[in-house]
This record gives sequence, structure tokens and C-alpha cells, in this order.
Amino acid sequence: MRLPGQLILGAVLSALFIAAAILSLFWTPYAVEALEISNKLKPPGGGHWLGTDHFGRDILSMLMVGARTSIAVAVVAVGIGMAVGVPLGLLAAANRGSLLDEVVMRGNDLVFAFPSLVIAILITAVFGPSALNAILAIGIFNIPVFARVTRGGALSLWTLDYVLAARVAGKGKLRISLEHILSNIVNLLIVQGTIQFSLGILAEAGLSYVGLGAQPPLPSWGRMLADSQTLISLAPHIAIFPGLAIVLTVLGLNLMGDGMRDLLDPRLRRIR
Amino acid sequence: MLRFVLSRLISLGLSLVVASLVIFTVIEVIPGDPAAFMLGLNAAPDTVAALREELGLSGSYLSRYLAWAFGMLTGDFGTSYTYRVPVADLVGARLWVSLPLTIYALILSTLIAVPVGVLAAARRGGPADFGIMGATQMGIAIPNFWFAMLLVLIFAVKLRWFGAGGFPGWDRGIWVSLKALTLPAVALALPQASILARVMRSSLIETLGQDYMRTARAKGLTQRQAVLGHALRNALIPVMTIIGLQFSFLLAGAIIIENVFFLPGLGRLIFQGITQRDLIVVESVVMLLVFAVILVTFLVDLAYAVIDPRLRRAT
Repeated sequence: MRLPGQLILGAVLSALFIAAAILSLFWTPYAVEALEISNKLKPPGGGHWLGTDHFGRDILSMLMVGARTSIAVAVVAVGIGMAVGVPLGLLAAANRGSLLDEVVMRGNDLVFAFPSLVIAILITAVFGPSALNAILAIGIFNIPVFARVTRGGALSLWTLDYVLAARVAGKGKLRISLEHILSNIVNLLIVQGTIQFSLGILAEAGLSYVGLGAQPPLPSWGRMLADSQTLISLAPHIAIFPGLAIVLTVLGLNLMGDGMRDLLDPRLRRIR
Repeated sequence: MLRFVLSRLISLGLSLVVASLVIFTVIEVIPGDPAAFMLGLNAAPDTVAALREELGLSGSYLSRYLAWAFGMLTGDFGTSYTYRVPVADLVGARLWVSLPLTIYALILSTLIAVPVGVLAAARRGGPADFGIMGATQMGIAIPNFWFAMLLVLIFAVKLRWFGAGGFPGWDRGIWVSLKALTLPAVALALPQASILARVMRSSLIETLGQDYMRTARAKGLTQRQAVLGHALRNALIPVMTIIGLQFSFLLAGAIIIENVFFLPGLGRLIFQGITQRDLIVVESVVMLLVFAVILVTFLVDLAYAVIDPRLRRAT
């Protein structure tokens, strides 16, 4: 059942939303700041493909700009997680069993005890809500994830003959980590990056839904859902489209991640 | 086994100390003067001084941390600045909404996921497996709070089977209260059940390929007996890890979902605390959430050792 079709569908869905986000930099059907109260809560159709919200703003335009917010937050958060987590994981694996390894792994366990929502609550309580704080919260949450994946992947590589050969040839741990280990776990990191990207989009939506993420007037999918909540029985479309946007983006990224994993690591194909 | 429990207990204690230090530092050290922060920019100096006195901010960071930590051990969480009542009372009432909701969702998620995962593994490659994998792929992608909104739209607004939100209180009867928590619990449980079912499936498939399964069949057990008697127990170990991890996701999810259903739980308390800059409430609730997560991790570790004696020797 794991055909490359999954990968293609995932890639197409993801590309669609990334394209919408990029397009929104130059063009949206309507300006997202354009309030037209007389035109509020219009159902889909007519001039507005997906209808209008309670301020008469065009929902399609809001979704496009919201895609930008979500994708930007998730991408930077993955970047933070990788930039800190991967070196930590490499170091821990290179010095397996040392004090450093122990500290990195215990530190990991500790961060795991703080769900990204709790990190966001802590940061927001002190610095106030913003998209930047959402990025930080999700990014910090990503660090142990990448540290763990990197360490796990690197540990199995350190036992292989070619790494031993490199050691015999006189290469140091740092150089081996960078030249031989890192290049061989790139697959793992890309797959994990895709998964964390999709989790980041879900987390960003949740955070901005409860008011800990992007603040108005910056459109974001989570905020659109929060705004729609009291109007859902009156105009269901304003709640349904932002939710669908989240689901399709996350679904696309997950399908793409699974597809890539199967493609890059054929051994897994038997199990799944 | 005793040594194992002891070593786990020590690491539980250490985690709690470090976590509480982190929380204390973020909330009480980074803002500089918490009293001035809580009162905002326009506060008169003597009001700030009075609050500083009330919060016990005069001592060093270390003495304040120790006072806070030992206070919590004895159930004293300090006094809420906005509500003027002990935080322990505020938290106590709301904990009885958030915690039952989380546990309700955890039970639902497990009850759905394990049979579904086993079914998919048993029918691997068939239409049932294909359908389950497709449905769980969808389930993972759905944000629980949006799912919750759709449930309200369908079951509360259109069909009127459930109330759209609110919580009657446990003293009004267990069934009424459980009914009020049902839609939120379903909304929380289904996305997590999707993940769990996938883990259950792949874990069982892996176990089914083991040599001892062939031995079990060779000694005359039916496939069904072999799966239920031998494979399931072994396949449940990774599933338990995920259930443990899911507790923290469900607890965090419960805090978000309370907003959809207007439930008077910890989520409402903490978000009000943030907007009102009631740092003492935020600090205590965050510590409580982290404590719950660390405690569950500890319990899962112990449960492992009960299920799998091989793990008892591990540090």
C-alpha cells in the first residue's frame, strides 16, 4: 500500500500551500486589511471564492497570508531545533557514555517534560504573546527531538568499519562526525524535519488559537479559527476553511515524510 | 527491582528540582522585578513596594526559590494576585476538570487504538488495513481544537445530543459531568488514537515475524491464541511508551480544548493568569503540569519493568 503515489500526493499538497504562501507576498485576491462590514459573513461564491469573515475580509486571501505565517513559524522552528539539536546529538554520540553524553540526554529528558504549549505559556507570561515567541517555543521543543534522532543514527554508524578505518587513519572525533557521520544521517534528518515541520504547523495553529501566537492584524489559521468560534453555527464556512487548510497541509507533509522515509530507507518498507 | 525503583525515584526527584529551577528562573528572575511587572507601567512606587513585600521578594533568589519549593511540597502555592485567594484553592477546583478530561481521553484513545491497530496488523495489506491506515493518516493531521469545533457544530448545534459547552460540576452527578466531558474527550482522543493505532500496528507486525511466534504455532496454538497469548504482550511495550508520551500531549491539548467548550479547567485559569499578569498563578499551574508529565514518565518506566523483567536491570 506504500506506493510512491503517497509521496507524489504529499508533495503536491505541500507544494500547493507553499506556493500559496509565496504568491501571497505579491498578490492576493483581496487585500487582507480591506474591511467591508456590509459584506460580512458571505457564504462561498460570487466575488469571494471561499466567502468572507465577520469583518467582510476575503477568506481565501486570509488563508494565503495565514499559510505564510504558519510556514514561516514552522520552518524557523525546525531550523532552531536542527541548529542546536544536531550538534548536541553528534557530540553525545561521539563521546558515548561520557559525562557530556549523560548531560545531553538528561537535558533532553527535561525538555521533553515541557510540552511546547507549556514553553509558550512560560515565554508569553514574561514577554507577551507574539509570533516570535511561538517560534521560540516550538523551536525549543524541537531541540531534543533532533538531538535524539541524531544521536541514535550516529551511534549505529560509529560501530561501522569505515568509521573505524577513519579513526585508524588518524581523524579526530569532530572531523569524523562532520565528514562521515553527518553525511550519512542526512536522510534521517530530512525525514524528521518534515515530521517536525508538520507538527510545527499544528502547534502554531494551537498556540495562535489560544492567543499565544501571531497577534492581529497578522492573519494566521489558528486565529481565524478562534475568531470563527462564536459564529460557527451562523456561518460554518469561516470555521471550516481554515481547518481544512491546516489538515491538508499537515496531511501533505506527513505523506511526503512517510514517502521519503520509504524511498530513502528500503529496509523499513518490509515492516510497515 | 528495588534498586531499579530507587534509581528511578532519584532521577524523578532530580528532574523535579531542575524543572522547578527553570520555571522559577523564567517567571521570577527574567522579568527583573515581578511586582513591577505584574502591576504594569503606570503603578505607583509605593503600590509596587507593597506588592513586593506581599510576594516576599525581599530575600535572595535562592531563599525565595527554597521558600517557593518547600511551600509547594506542603500544598502552599502562594496567593493569587488577582483573585486574592490561595492558588492551591484555585488550582484544586480546576484540576478536577482538566485531569478527569485528560484521563477520559487517554482511556478512550487506548480503547480505540489497540483493537484497531491489532485488526490492521492481523489484516495486513487487506482493505481493512488500507482503510484504517488512511483514516489514521487523516486523524493525525486534524488539529484537535478544530475537530472539537466540528463536533460542537454537529452534535450540539445540529443534533442537540450534547450541550455546546460548560461544566455542571461533579456534585451535580457523575453522569451529567461525564456527559459534559464526552465531546471534549472524543475531540482530544481521536487524533491521539490515530498515532497510537499506527504504533500498535507496526509493533504487532514486527512481533508477528519473531521466531517464538512460529514456535507457538508449531506447538499447536491457533493464530488467534498465539497473537493474544504471546505477540500482544510483547507488542505492547512500544505502545506503552507512546501512551506515556501522549499523557503530556493530552494534558496540553485539554488546556487548549477547554477554550472550545468553555470548561472551567486549568486552561482557563492559566490564560486568565497570563492576561492579568498573575505570575504566581502561571508559575504554579506550569509547575503542576510539568510535575504531572514527569510523574507519568516515571510511572511508565515502572510499568515497563513489571511487563518486561529484562528492563529491570537497566539503570
